[in-house]
Amino acid sequence: MKFNLKIWRQKNAQSTGKMVDYAIDNIDADMSFLEMMDILNEQLINKGDEPIAYDHDCREGICGMCSMHINGRPHGPMHGTTTCQLYMRNFTDGETIYIEPFRANAFPVIRDLVVDRGAFDRIIQAGGFVSVNTGQVQDANNIPVNKADADLAMDAAACIGCGACVAACKNSSASLFVSAKVSQLALLPQGQIEAKERVLAMVNQMDEEGFGSCTNTGACEAECPKEISISNIARMNREYYKATLL
Amino acid sequence: MAVLDSKIPDGPLETKWSNYKSHVKLVNPANKRKLEIIIVGSGLAGSSAAASLAELGYKVKVFCYQDSPRRAHSIAAQGGINAAKNYKNDGDSVFRLFYDTVKGGDFRSREANVYRLAEVSANIIDQCVAQGVPFAREYGGLLDNRSFGGAQVSRTFYARGQTGQQLLLGAYSALSRQIGLGNVTMYNRHEMIEVVTIDGKARGIIARNLVTGKLERHFGHAVVLATGGYGNVFFLSTNAMGCNVTAAWKAHKKGAFFANPCYTQIHPTCVPVSGDYQSKLTLMSESLRNDGRVWVPKKQGDKRAPKDIPEDERDYYLERKYPSFGNLSPRDISSRAAKEVCDEGRGVGKSGLAVYLDFADAIKRLGKEVVEARYGNLFDMYKHITNENPYEVPMRIYPAVHYTMGGLWVDYNLMTTLPGLYALGECNFSDHGANRLGASALMQGLADGYFVLPYTIGDYLSGEIFTKPIPTDHPAFLESEKAAKDRIEKLLAVKGNKTVDDFHKELGKIMWEYCGMSRNAEGLKKAKQLIKQLRAEFWKNVRVTGGNDEFNVDLEKAGRVADFMELGELMVDDALQRNESCGAHFRVEYQEEGEAKRNDAEYAYVSAWEHTAVDSESILHKEPLVFENVHFATRSYK
Ligand SMILES: Cc1cc2nc3c(=O)[nH]c(=O)nc-3n(C[C@H](O)[C@H](O)[C@H](O)COP(=O)(O)OP(=O)(O)OC[C@H]3O[C@@H](n4cnc5c(N)ncnc54)[C@H](O)[C@@H]3O)c2cc1C
Repeated sequence: MKFNLKIWRQKNAQSTGKMVDYAIDNIDADMSFLEMMDILNEQLINKGDEPIAYDHDCREGICGMCSMHINGRPHGPMHGTTTCQLYMRNFTDGETIYIEPFRANAFPVIRDLVVDRGAFDRIIQAGGFVSVNTGQVQDANNIPVNKADADLAMDAAACIGCGACVAACKNSSASLFVSAKVSQLALLPQGQIEAKERVLAMVNQMDEEGFGSCTNTGACEAECPKEISISNIARMNREYYKATLL
Repeated sequence: MAVLDSKIPDGPLETKWSNYKSHVKLVNPANKRKLEIIIVGSGLAGSSAAASLAELGYKVKVFCYQDSPRRAHSIAAQGGINAAKNYKNDGDSVFRLFYDTVKGGDFRSREANVYRLAEVSANIIDQCVAQGVPFAREYGGLLDNRSFGGAQVSRTFYARGQTGQQLLLGAYSALSRQIGLGNVTMYNRHEMIEVVTIDGKARGIIARNLVTGKLERHFGHAVVLATGGYGNVFFLSTNAMGCNVTAAWKAHKKGAFFANPCYTQIHPTCVPVSGDYQSKLTLMSESLRNDGRVWVPKKQGDKRAPKDIPEDERDYYLERKYPSFGNLSPRDISSRAAKEVCDEGRGVGKSGLAVYLDFADAIKRLGKEVVEARYGNLFDMYKHITNENPYEVPMRIYPAVHYTMGGLWVDYNLMTTLPGLYALGECNFSDHGANRLGASALMQGLADGYFVLPYTIGDYLSGEIFTKPIPTDHPAFLESEKAAKDRIEKLLAVKGNKTVDDFHKELGKIMWEYCGMSRNAEGLKKAKQLIKQLRAEFWKNVRVTGGNDEFNVDLEKAGRVADFMELGELMVDDALQRNESCGAHFRVEYQEEGEAKRNDAEYAYVSAWEHTAVDSESILHKEPLVFENVHFATRSYK
């Protein structure tokens, strides 16, 4: 297979970037998208050019490192899939592929396709936890949890923190990410004690980081590689009202 | 020559750890605030240690090379975590978990460490549940368990196929809380590239800020490495792309002995290689072997589609050779058996390097719905990668490098031979002997971090309360920084003709061919020469683009591959000196009726290597393994 690639190149946070054209040939349909990028990089290095910087690590769709905007969609054309799990058979021979970093004010570009998602960490640091020290705990089975709730909590906890929801949102809202953590803990008895403080602190931090507001468009859910449900946002809002009004 | 002192406490096995805890020296809270600890790594081991130490009051700095601590390789673990809770009332106990682990490790691990691991395993589950880790549950609301990796009891806790993710996010949340409280300073996108020693003790690190390229000097009263395994020395493995040996290797070169480097676990159920461009291998969870049947055609070179091969022309070789464990035989045995049938020319798929894992019988017996409920996400993942539907066509699988049992030698306190330097999780050698059982790595990482180090580090730090923080313009810091800088400049100056990946792939091929699933003296000697040549060529002909003062992925990789080249040779040395077969280490010269033949009289020891100089021979030290509570037995799964 053969592709025309248009890729965002930017030296560092200070410089301005631009789209650069690359042509690539002899690509196997069974190759992963990132393996195609590896081959391109090998070719660049052999020519004495600097390779394209992009984040990736596990290549199994679970670490949340990879973060490319491909043909106008975070993580590309396939539903429920991270960039690292795309295969070239998901594209058509001869196609032009546009590859950009995730775009959001709260995710400044570091280099090429690499962005800084530190804002997500700071939101978790503000309250995305249960305050329990090592060793201070009771036997695990002393906290029974209704299976349906446990399953819903797990659905929310499947979030990989990649930031696709932010990149997909026209307002660059982080609501899906924040609500996934709020929901996981709100659904479990362990999370009840601090429920109020947690949702207030996390939402507050989200606002401080410069993410936009949620206008219920649903792009986040549509693009989320882990198919996290937008109903988590409704749950977060409920938790938030409970914390402010009750 | 230093003598290895494992510092195993006296007394009966069952009370060693509780006695130790009652007598270990403590540091009072006011002094803890004055003591600084550096932790490199934010996987299960690093995050759990960092959170626990910060909760105790120590000042902690944590480093990781990813953009967030939540992305450490631990996140990728699928299957589960063991704990001797006996919730299923099926006869599990601390002793049984201990015994299974020692036996699974083929009697090459230290009794006292393994017993402690089994002892604290139950606390891990309690801790994780309290943090809100959403483990699988039964309808009554209590925790569910499954049997995993050939265990005869159900002691594995799991969170769908994402156990590692959920455990890591739990530890990450505890760590994040401490960062928010100001007790931990987090350094993301930082790579440790040197250990700083002063008067024979570890006193800090040199780290490279991966965004700016700036080298930084950091002091610590103690340094803890929790930097994961080195399976990527083989280029292709199930490890994340960034996994590397650099931190452990730098420590090794500063005096920490490296133990059992040749023990590498090859996992039997991975998606086979599809082409030269392959960048990593994907693990298919071992749980698939609970219902899938492994087979190859009886005839060599049989190219018929699997459905056209009649029952009596199939060889269900695991069921045939190991009737009592069958498809659930341990990892090393299953992997080797797969290699054997492929070497005989009976492998399947385009490359002939694969065997079938067939669910047709399971679907007949249980119905498609049940199979889908159990393995749906794994089947989807397989289909995604291979474009084949495992409900209709049997999966193709082949073994791949997965886990490294070897690592930095540590004593009972988890301290290396370099005073003040600790190693936790996969980067130490301590608990799995020559072969690790499924669902035990997550257990070990969290045991080390939550429940062991927070006690044992006090033993050392209680002697450091009068040590004032050493300013980082101390000559030792400047010297280490200079060494790191010189090395980077050397890499950039070569400006050769081959890429870093070219070298990495070549190294991987040598390691897989000669130091992989089976080894022999002749091949190992050859590998040693080949690695030496490759290393010499690397420093003459590698091309690293860009500069030091910028975000430079090529440079990062080059440094890691340079270290892999040195490690590779030590792995070969270790495999060569161990004239026996044990666990994952299979020397073809030492077998009996096709099965591994251990030599307990001569090789029941840990090999701990002391570094001398690159291109000089390392010195072998031996820690004898004494078994007082279990008896040597031949592992038989027949
Ligand atoms: C696909 C897969 C599935 C698995 N499934 C299971 C399972 O089901 N059950 C089980 O028990 N085990 C499983 N394992 C094994 C288990 O996941 C690992 O052994 C374990 O998670 C290792 O944890 P760790 O904390 O030691 O290291 P890691 O999680 O590898 O973390 C290493 C950390 O060190 C950092 N680091 C490394 N070098 C440097 C450096 N030089 N400078 C700064 N930071 C550095 C990294 O950034 C990272 O934060 C699996 C492994 C794989 C590959």
